[in-house]
Amino acid sequence: MSLNITVNGASRTVNAEPLTPLLHVLREELDVLSPKAGCQNGGCGTCTVLVDGEPRRSCLLPIAAVEGAEIRTVEGLAPPGQLSPLQEAWIHHYAAQCGFCTGGFLMAATAYLENGGSDDHTEIAKALGGHVCRCTGYVKILDAVSAAARGDSFDLTTTAAGLHTTLKGVDQ
Amino acid sequence: MSQGPEVLIPTSAAEAVELFGTGADTAVVGGGTILIPMLRLSDARPARALMLHHAGLAGISETGGRLTIGAMTPLNHLAAMADPIAACVAHIADLEIRGQATLGGNLCARNTDAPRGDLQGAMIALGASVRSVGAGGERTEPAEEFLANRDDRLVLDVSFELPAAGAYAYLDRAHTHEYTALAVSAVRTSDGAIRLGANGAGPHGLRLPSAEAAASDHAAAGSAALADVALFDDAIASAWYREKTLPVLVRRALDQLKEAA
Ligand SMILES: Cc1cc2nc3c(=O)[nH]c(=O)nc-3n(C[C@H](O)[C@H](O)[C@H](O)COP(=O)(O)OP(=O)(O)OC[C@H]3O[C@@H](n4cnc5c(N)ncnc54)[C@H](O)[C@@H]3O)c2cc1C
Ligand code: FES
Ligand code: FES
Repeated sequence: MSLNITVNGASRTVNAEPLTPLLHVLREELDVLSPKAGCQNGGCGTCTVLVDGEPRRSCLLPIAAVEGAEIRTVEGLAPPGQLSPLQEAWIHHYAAQCGFCTGGFLMAATAYLENGGSDDHTEIAKALGGHVCRCTGYVKILDAVSAAARGDSFDLTTTAAGLHTTLKGVDQ
Repeated sequence: MSQGPEVLIPTSAAEAVELFGTGADTAVVGGGTILIPMLRLSDARPARALMLHHAGLAGISETGGRLTIGAMTPLNHLAAMADPIAACVAHIADLEIRGQATLGGNLCARNTDAPRGDLQGAMIALGASVRSVGAGGERTEPAEEFLANRDDRLVLDVSFELPAAGAYAYLDRAHTHEYTALAVSAVRTSDGAIRLGANGAGPHGLRLPSAEAAASDHAAAGSAALADVALFDDAIASAWYREKTLPVLVRRALDQLKEAA
């Protein structure tokens, strides 16, 4: 079937079997690669995107059920070459190691913050509790989301992780 | 999904009922949190898939102290209800999945590799009626009867009288992903009767009539409950462990119920 979805503000027409998971449409049809295929069973959260503002596992969502919806992924968090405050906090706090879980965590945390979430670690853990980080950087992740909830600002050129990112360029 | 099922997307409840027919070789897609991975892996290979997301089967209404919940109502819409529902829902998966998973899917979930369908025990304790269609037409029946005979049925809605009090005692696990190995829902109805339902204690949610009959003595009710269940081994807990913990959970649920106003 042919249907429309909006991805990071752009209207896209896709041709897919109605039961195809949104994850596959994003990655394979639309070349949106930040949602990762981890378990593909709902159990890890690497595939989480925002569907009309709500965090959802894109591996579980049949494309026909999100027809007309507004999808947001990491690619849409900030204009090209820039980072959202949450992403900056992530770098400052070294909350990504291998980075495979990061996209899903960022989208779930973005929804948490947009819904007015506080810097309380227990509340954050409740909101992100379905996400697995195989590198087990959970403390850093909680620190990063807390910092973003408080509105902390960072000079990324002074942090090791930030320096690394600056040298490599963030929009490669 | 080259040889996938024929996909039907009804836009009203009446159309869903008509397309479902007798339900032969038809997979109903509720939220899809169980079914979508099964279809992707070809663990399920139905001839037809009936997607309900546009069928208008979501929503909660109340008339005269009786609540009716549409099959497509997502679980996060039940999170603010009284116990045992609220406590039960809070222990199902995480908030992302609870936003997609439906009540109908939970009632039709099967214990294959994990004890799924946690709300089945709660609905039994609430004395809920399940309205479904399929071969022979529409049926409205107690949840425990529906669960024992639910093949090829399309669930439309569930209704129950608001209880005087409710409680939920469960085996908690450290991680949100883990399914609840075993839980007991307890309800005191408006006329003072006590009803008990268990999930994780059999092939689907089970009522605990022997425990209900002994409910005035909480410990005795716990032991009596063992006569009502069909305990099993799975990757989460052994039948032995479930046998040791079911009496404790029955007692705790009754203790909580006594405390509840
Ligand atoms: C990571 C993870 C954790 C989970 N944890 C839990 C948990 O702790 N407890 C728990 O109970 N479940 C858990 N689940 C399972 C599942 O999310 C829930 O049971 C959910 O309520 C299923 O609903 P659904 O609408 O997504 O079902 P679907 O996948 O749409 O359907 C499940 C089954 O019910 C049938 N069905 C769906 N709707 C209807 C209907 N209206 N009429 C007839 N048949 C229908 C389908 O054909 C299918 O056989 C978990 C799932 C995941 C991925
Ligand atoms: S890939 Fe979707 S939850 Fe793991
Ligand atoms: S950073 Fe490697 S899985 Fe989380």
